[in-house]
Amino acid sequence: MKRSFSFYALAAFFGLFVLFLYGPTLTIAILSFQGPDGGLTFPMRGVSLHWFGQLFQAQAVGNFGAALRRSLLLGLAVMICTVVFSLLAGLAFRKRFKGSSVLFYLTLASLIIPSILISLGIGLMFDRLAWTPAWFSSGFGSHLTWTLPFGLLIMFAVFNRFDASYEMASADLGASHWQTFRYILLPLLAPSLLGVALFGFTLSYDEFARTLMTSGSFNTLPLELFAMTTNVTSPVLYALGTLTTVISLSAIGLILLVMRLAQRRPKATSES
Amino acid sequence: MSASKNRHAYWQASPLTLVLLAFLVFPIIVIGIVSFWNYNSYSLIPDFIFDNYAYLLTSPVTLKAYINTFQFAFLAWFFTLAIGFTVAYFLAFHIHSVKAQTICFLICTVPFFTSNIIRMISWIPLLGRNGLVNSSLLSAGIIDQPLTFLLYSDFAVVLAYVHLYSLFMVVPIFNSMMRIDRSLVEAAVDAGANAFQVLRDVIVPLSKSGIIVGSIFVMTLVMGDFVTVKIMGGGITANVGMMIYNEISLLQYPAAAAGAVVLLATVLMMLVILFRLVDIRKEL
Repeated sequence: MKRSFSFYALAAFFGLFVLFLYGPTLTIAILSFQGPDGGLTFPMRGVSLHWFGQLFQAQAVGNFGAALRRSLLLGLAVMICTVVFSLLAGLAFRKRFKGSSVLFYLTLASLIIPSILISLGIGLMFDRLAWTPAWFSSGFGSHLTWTLPFGLLIMFAVFNRFDASYEMASADLGASHWQTFRYILLPLLAPSLLGVALFGFTLSYDEFARTLMTSGSFNTLPLELFAMTTNVTSPVLYALGTLTTVISLSAIGLILLVMRLAQRRPKATSES
Repeated sequence: MSASKNRHAYWQASPLTLVLLAFLVFPIIVIGIVSFWNYNSYSLIPDFIFDNYAYLLTSPVTLKAYINTFQFAFLAWFFTLAIGFTVAYFLAFHIHSVKAQTICFLICTVPFFTSNIIRMISWIPLLGRNGLVNSSLLSAGIIDQPLTFLLYSDFAVVLAYVHLYSLFMVVPIFNSMMRIDRSLVEAAVDAGANAFQVLRDVIVPLSKSGIIVGSIFVMTLVMGDFVTVKIMGGGITANVGMMIYNEISLLQYPAAAAGAVVLLATVLMMLVILFRLVDIRKEL
């Protein structure tokens, strides 16, 4: 098939766009392997793991290990709640219930409201109630306000394309609500739920603005990173950036892998 | 059966409802209340005064911040739309294999799942005083002094917005383009339309809803942003978010709350206009 000129022009544009998206991140990935005398810019002065080693020495970057642990734990907790709450809400929205449109607009509001309002509001609320804000209470709630809308919108997209005849067939054959849910709905929804899990984990893991006033006295990783942008002037910043990007990418890779496996399984059983 | 199913809907919706009440609705109410309070250097004083608003709405600093914010929002919207539309058009109409389409789409979305702060920091080695751009331009003899506007400037802020938010345009526009019935395009071509006419009279009108959803995302993200301006802006330009952030840093919570209420009202007004143009539940 002969391609037109516009195809090549657009393909070149797309190539540049991908370079624009990934180029800077690749640059800091390369620079994080600077030799011990290297600086924030090229040229590379040798190649070493020096700056990655620095990450684990408390005096260089504060307590990075603890911040990483908090962010991972928080990400996992937010991920689980996002999956469960979005699935339940998605099921609810398939039926008519009072207040459904208010709840829908509230969820949208949660997504598009400026993050600094969530941060300030939750911070003030905890302050007025004389509760101590902490990453696992106020921080956890503020992250859910960011991840749940994505989860619910994904569930909407899924249920809009969902063929309800599977459930009807299951009910006709005498399955209970629970059996239909467990053996029909859940396997069919599994790949989408993994998608929701991916949003839940990565959005929480990288969230900064909504964490600012809600994390209490212990920083999550993005807060630590933000503090570093103002006072760290060595490639240790890039090493940390590379490391957290690798963690995010591993989460994406892992979930895509599980998604493929989950999609393959029903096929295999139907063939056997 | 349908009655019992409807009953289930209430408990199923309750976790989401409770989270939103506790961490969205109540906090916003608290902001609203505190915005009328008084304060001194040490504490908040419950009161009902309009001073915070009066100061905010008459200060030239506020006006400047809003002008900056709208400028950023417009520039970011313009560039993300141009880039996002072109990329989505390429993916939807020029790549015919579903597999290649999926892979290209994933390539566009992966950065969304990585840290925004890292993605901003990653411009330093490229745009800094001794960065790659300056050193190549210097060695090529095009300039004889490093360009200083590349980093820590308004230029850098807009660049970062475009970098961070382009995919918020790509995804919804691609989504609505994929729903365009290809026979409409063929009919237009058969009727003698050239490529540009097809684009202008068929594809753009039919991807309107995607364009609006993308615009809602980009506009609201930029309007409420302070992190990008803080990291990329170099401390000279302030937008509305930075104004609120600075007041929070100084513990002037009632002033920050009043600023937040006005920002929220502004964003909501924009949204009311944009939502008039699209039914979002049909777009999913």
